Amino acid sequence: MPLNLEIVTGEREVFKGDVDMINVPGGDGDMGILPKHAPVLSTLKPGVLRVRIGNDQQEFAIGGGFINILGDHVIILADSAERADEIDIARAEAARLRAEEMLRNPPENKEDLFRLEAALRKSEARLKAASRRSTRRTELPT
Amino acid sequence: MATAREIRRRIRSVRNIRQITRALEAVSASKVRRAQDAVQGTRPYASKARQLLADVAALAGGETRHPLLTRRDVVNSAYILLITSDRGLCGAFNTNVAREAFDFARDYGKPVSYVTIGRKGRDFLYRRGRKIVAEFANLPARPSLLDTTAATRTLIQDFLDGKCDEVYLAYTEFRSMVSQRPVIRRLLPLAAEELAGDLPKGGPRPAYEFEPGPAEILDGLLPRLTEMQVYVAVLESLASEHAARMVAMRNATDSASDLIFSLTLSYNKARQQGITNELLDIAGGTSALEQALKEAAAASRLRE
Repeated sequence: MPLNLEIVTGEREVFKGDVDMINVPGGDGDMGILPKHAPVLSTLKPGVLRVRIGNDQQEFAIGGGFINILGDHVIILADSAERADEIDIARAEAARLRAEEMLRNPPENKEDLFRLEAALRKSEARLKAASRRSTRRTELPT
Repeated sequence: MATAREIRRRIRSVRNIRQITRALEAVSASKVRRAQDAVQGTRPYASKARQLLADVAALAGGETRHPLLTRRDVVNSAYILLITSDRGLCGAFNTNVAREAFDFARDYGKPVSYVTIGRKGRDFLYRRGRKIVAEFANLPARPSLLDTTAATRTLIQDFLDGKCDEVYLAYTEFRSMVSQRPVIRRLLPLAAEELAGDLPKGGPRPAYEFEPGPAEILDGLLPRLTEMQVYVAVLESLASEHAARMVAMRNATDSASDLIFSLTLSYNKARQQGITNELLDIAGGTSALEQALKEAAAASRLRE
């Protein structure tokens, strides 16, 4: 009995389908989800979301959000979500550098600081998700 | 009366204008469809987020007294977020929604300040000397959620800081290609009953585990629901803008066709007039010549 997973953002539905296992960056630490998981409502941190379907694995970079696990239905409400192969590495890298640069002079406002750190974590997550993809790609003849 | 040549020039220029308005109409038509798709795209998130809110509220019980959900006993002032377009050439689109907002502010009875999304609304308010707290303009053709969150954050912040006690949205609802309606809707405090209104009530709730806790989830969820409402309003307004522009451009194209028709009529008249005049000239010339010849002949006969 597989898990039914839906990943939605404010703009679109990113993923919908049956999967065997999900790994998410939960607000209180990473969570691995298999079928017959207990019902959970949790926040998510920006990070890499991994999904296993059979022998295949897919990565998504998500920018925080919520997860709702109920029975074999898993709903992820993400602030942003991109499939690894959609990520523009150059842009993600530029965003990470920008966030790092800005953190060098930390803003006074606590909330701004928090937001900046979130931006940094998010761009790092995107790079991480994308790099997994590119390492796999290098195995292919170019 | 204008000469045939002047009229011909006029026809040519009107025809060029018609070509442009016709192209703009086609462009707007395709943009309406895209904006409508974008509105549709927000539905899954919105409904799931509302479901989540209902679950959290039902389970957390008394812990749901969140400031974003709480109506204030004393309301001293309000903000209106006025959503308009950046560009014109869309008929009465911007005027309609701005007037709706003004009427609302007049009847509200308490001081009202404005936050604007879109250049037209901002200019409108400036000209009338209204108080603008913040303005956002130049949204991309396909705005993402992030493009609108800056405005929403300002609203949430000022609401929580007590700079205003209520926040209203003024935007144009998209009903169909030919019908768009300006509406005013309360954004903050969020109407919890309304948000969860269309969801099945009661029944046993699953025994959820919360991580970290219901209060934290609510803290994260409510601002996002607010952002979504603003985002949807912006997308609706965008679809309405393009539909309004399409209709305006179709009217312009029709007017240009009418104008070309009547100008062509005058042109033909002027051309005929010209030919008639020339014929008259020639006829007059010949008859004058004949007359002169006759007179000359008569005179020579007289001399003989």
